[in-house]
Order: sequence, then C-alpha cells, then structure tokens
Amino acid sequence: MTKCFLSYHNIISSLGFDTSSVFEQIKMGHSGLRPIDGLPHFCMSFFGDVIPTEQLNAAFTDLERPKKFTRLEHMLILSLSKTLKSSGIKLDHRVGLIISTTKGNIDVLEETSHFPKERARLGILGGIIKDYFGFLNDPIVLSNACVSGILAVSIAKRYLQENVYDHIFIVAGDIISDFVLSGFSSFHALSATACKPYDKDRAGINLGEAAASILVTTNHNFLCNDAVEILGEGSANDANHISGPSRTGEGLFRSVSSALQEAQFQADHIDYISAHGTATLYNDDMESIAFNRIGLQRTPLNSLKGYFGHTLGASGLLETIIGMQSLYHNTLIGSAGYENLGTSQPLNIIKKPTPKELNTFLKTASGFGGCNTAALFRKVFSQNHIYN
Amino acid sequence: MSNTHHISAHGHIKNNSVTLNGEVLFKSSDQEFSSFIRSAAKHFEINYPKFYKMDRLSKLAFLAADVLLMDNKSKSAPENNIAIVLSNRTSSLDTDQKHQQTINAREHFFPSPSIFVYTLPNICIGEISIKHQLHSENCFFIFEDFNADHLYVNAEYLLNAQKAQKVLCGWVDIEENNYEAFLYIVEENGNFTHCPKEIKRLYTS
Repeated sequence: MTKCFLSYHNIISSLGFDTSSVFEQIKMGHSGLRPIDGLPHFCMSFFGDVIPTEQLNAAFTDLERPKKFTRLEHMLILSLSKTLKSSGIKLDHRVGLIISTTKGNIDVLEETSHFPKERARLGILGGIIKDYFGFLNDPIVLSNACVSGILAVSIAKRYLQENVYDHIFIVAGDIISDFVLSGFSSFHALSATACKPYDKDRAGINLGEAAASILVTTNHNFLCNDAVEILGEGSANDANHISGPSRTGEGLFRSVSSALQEAQFQADHIDYISAHGTATLYNDDMESIAFNRIGLQRTPLNSLKGYFGHTLGASGLLETIIGMQSLYHNTLIGSAGYENLGTSQPLNIIKKPTPKELNTFLKTASGFGGCNTAALFRKVFSQNHIYN
Repeated sequence: MSNTHHISAHGHIKNNSVTLNGEVLFKSSDQEFSSFIRSAAKHFEINYPKFYKMDRLSKLAFLAADVLLMDNKSKSAPENNIAIVLSNRTSSLDTDQKHQQTINAREHFFPSPSIFVYTLPNICIGEISIKHQLHSENCFFIFEDFNADHLYVNAEYLLNAQKAQKVLCGWVDIEENNYEAFLYIVEENGNFTHCPKEIKRLYTS
C-alpha cells in the first residue's frame, strides 16, 4: 500500500492561532479552560474553552472577505488558509478536501441568527469552504460524532491509497453553541470545574471550540519538518449502546487491534498514547479496560481535554497535531487535571511534561453511536531535528 | 488492484413502499412517514421495542438495513464483519430542529437527553450495529446529493484492505415528509458489478 503522511498543519484555539504557539502554551501547562459566565450569547454559564470573538475577527480581516461568514466558517477558513499557504500546493483535480464536524453551523437554528436556516446543512458549509479556496473537487463532509477528527485522517489515507487523490486537506471544527451546551447539560455530562480525565474525582466534560487543519499526502516533496507517517488505522463499533460506552471496551479494543494489524506493529512498542479521555466516569473507565486488554497499561498516556476541553469534531485532528509536536520535541505532555488514578484498570497517565525519546504514537477516540477510531503514527525524520 | 467486488443485494424505502432487489415487498397508502414506517415495521415483524424509541432517521435506516441484512443472512454463513458506510443530505437536522425547539424559549427550556442523543447522523449506524451485533468499521458522510463515486471508493478500500468482508452502503435522508433510503451490500459475489455506474443505475431504478 502507498505510504501516507500527515504534513503541514494548523490549530485555531483560544491558546493560539498556529500549532507552535498552542504547543508552547500546553507545554508550559497553560489551559484554555475557564469559567464562561455572562457571555450573552450562551444560555447558561459553564466551564469551557471559548475562542475570544475579537481575536477571531481581528485575524480574519487579514483574509479576503467577499461575503459574510458564520463563526465556524471563520475558524475553518482561517485554519485552512494557513495550512494551504504553508504547504505551497496548487489546487488541481488531484487535491481533495475533507471537512470534519459534528454540528457544523448549528447556531443558525437559533431564532436570533441572521443566517438562513439552510446554512445548518453540512453540505452547504462544505460548499462555502470549497468555493472560498477554489478547490476543484467537491468536499467530502464527514460527521461521525466525536471520532470525526481522527476518522477524517483514516478516510483521507484511504482515498490516497485508492489513488483518487494525491493530496487531501482536512479541516475540522466545531463551535460551542446553546445546542450542544443544553444537550450535554441534559445528560448531566458537564463538569462545573476544570475536567479531570482519568482522575478519581472526575466529574464530566468541558466543552471547547477549535478548528484544525492538515495536509495528508503521499508525496515526499510536500513534507514539513514534523511530518509523520500513518502506519495503520481502524474503526470499530461497540454494538452495545448509542450513548453509553461499552463495559468491555470492545470497539476501542478492536479499532486499536485493527490499526496495529495494518501497521504490523506490536502494542508494547508504542511510545505514547494520545487518548480520548473526556473525563466522564464511564468513558475513561472503558478506555482503561480496552487498553489493558491490548497490553497498553504501561504505555505513557494522556488526554488533552484538560487544555482544550472537548472540541467535538475537531478534537481527534487537533490532538493528533499535538501528538506530532510531542514526537518531534521528544516531550510527553502532562495530562492536565490528573492527580490520582480513578479507573478500574491501571493506566500510565503522564503527570507532567517529561522528556523522552519518541518515535511513534497512537491516537484514539470514541463517541456516541458506539463509534471508536484508532490510528498509529511514526516520525518521518529521526535525525537531530530542527527543535534541538 | 484486487478482485472485482459485487453488489449482492439492494433495497429502497421511498414513496410509501419497501423494495428488495427490485421487488416490492410492502406498499402502504399512508402518505405520512411515521404511520408508514410503523406499519412497515409491523409487516416485517420487527419485534424490537427500541425501534419505537428511535428518531425518524434511525427508524428509516434501521428498517432498510434490517430488510437487507435479514435476507442476506439467510443466504450466507453467519459472520459479523459487515462495515457500514452511510450518507445523506440533511445529517440529523430533522431531530436537530426538535432539540432546538426545546431550548428556544428560556422560559420553556426543557432539553431532553432522549432527543439530544439522536442529533448526530451516525446514531442510526449505532442502532443497526446493536441489532445485528456488528463490531465493524463505520462512517457517515454528508453530500448534497446521492454520491455513488464516494460510496464506491470507501467500500472498495474496506474490502481491498480486508477491513471488512461485506460493506452495507447507501443513502438515508429525511426532511419533513420527504424520505428516502437506498441501501446495498457489497461483497465478493453478487449479481451486479460493484462500480459507480451500477450503483447509480440501481439507485435510480
């Protein structure tokens, strides 16, 4: 099979508008999570990670602005414009576009929205991104709950290996809206304070908003300094419950096994796991069961939700991009919010930034609908790299 | 590239009727979706209490998948590596609007987890997976129109990479009283060659 690589990338988050600034922030232990209170456009106060609107607008005025865009479109366009520019790729018939989002422009359903309701259609959102940049191919919009961001990486690789495209740009994003706030709140899934993935006192998720974008390519001439190869990937359904994690971690176990089988890679050779870790009681425990079944209980693991919150359709891609930075900085990032193990099975949670020679990492995600996705990545450049 | 794959079965739910491989199995005079799908479920003896708790998109996808998979199962050895690749135009907007209505007025603010959980398009894949115990690959795409080319690529990859033995593919969309499900199974053997042209032909037939 053709080798596929993750290359040029960008993150738009409250912690910064490019990957290296964001990585520097979390390396220093800074989190984007804070109490959000008194913002008139939200129906409730909550603890989460919101991108300051003024910063977003200021950054966007640098770009060509032919018509009015929604908040999410601003974020997606801003992120993708940076990745496109740094890649130097010209858009032709062999360049694809994947858009990953769970809820897209869901805020246009609010009665106060000035946008037409049809803007909530994800295909319309995809068309807006396509047209803004002038992609020649129609967008592939992927909406598969909380695994969307990492599943988009899998799907991009598959299109490249089926030789449909030479390059694919993925842009992933979700906003915080009353829609998702009220929904997660009705599930009693929101934590009133900073989330604590895998901790014994964890009390639920924090929502976050972010956009992330990346180039997926088969061409060695378009690799950035911190590119990684996609060694294997897989997805599997729990076939158990539409909103509750499997008690046996079946889908996560199978998706990791599938990724390892494709990579022909042994579980205990993985250097680091960037796990999902939403900080709900059941999700984190399910992960501990699945990782133990695979023999990954000693592998250093973190959740990045304590820095960004749960950014839904962006999370899998955003966390993969952070994983790439970890590899090339040879630094394990601490799992923010974690103090004492609170899962039924043992896990090796990273407590603080730790230097370690890193070559490979596993990214996992799980979501509503029983979906699970895993992907394994390896450094492309192993010399004393640019960051030293 | 590897062996040619085939479409072994295909089914439609639209215009108050359910067809399997071109044959009408059930037709109702009921123009309204909810009562139509209820009478169809009764006709196909879907003895599955959870069916009645599902949202409209999941009911549509679930019934379409059930008609295909129950028939397919009887013809082949039991196994459960059937991947699911579905697509539509409106994502979960049908239920999204219902959830939005529960939060529009601050004085009538009553969001419900049983509605909210269906505000993702892939929930219907979860419902199918639970019923048929499919611990398999799954993905939900949104396209403005039925897109045979993309369904084709995804099914081909899954079979070529041996990540699935069969792939249940198709389109399930519901918007107000317009609904349509077109599902088909791709595997090694079958009556029709697996290619975008044949998929389009079966879709429009």
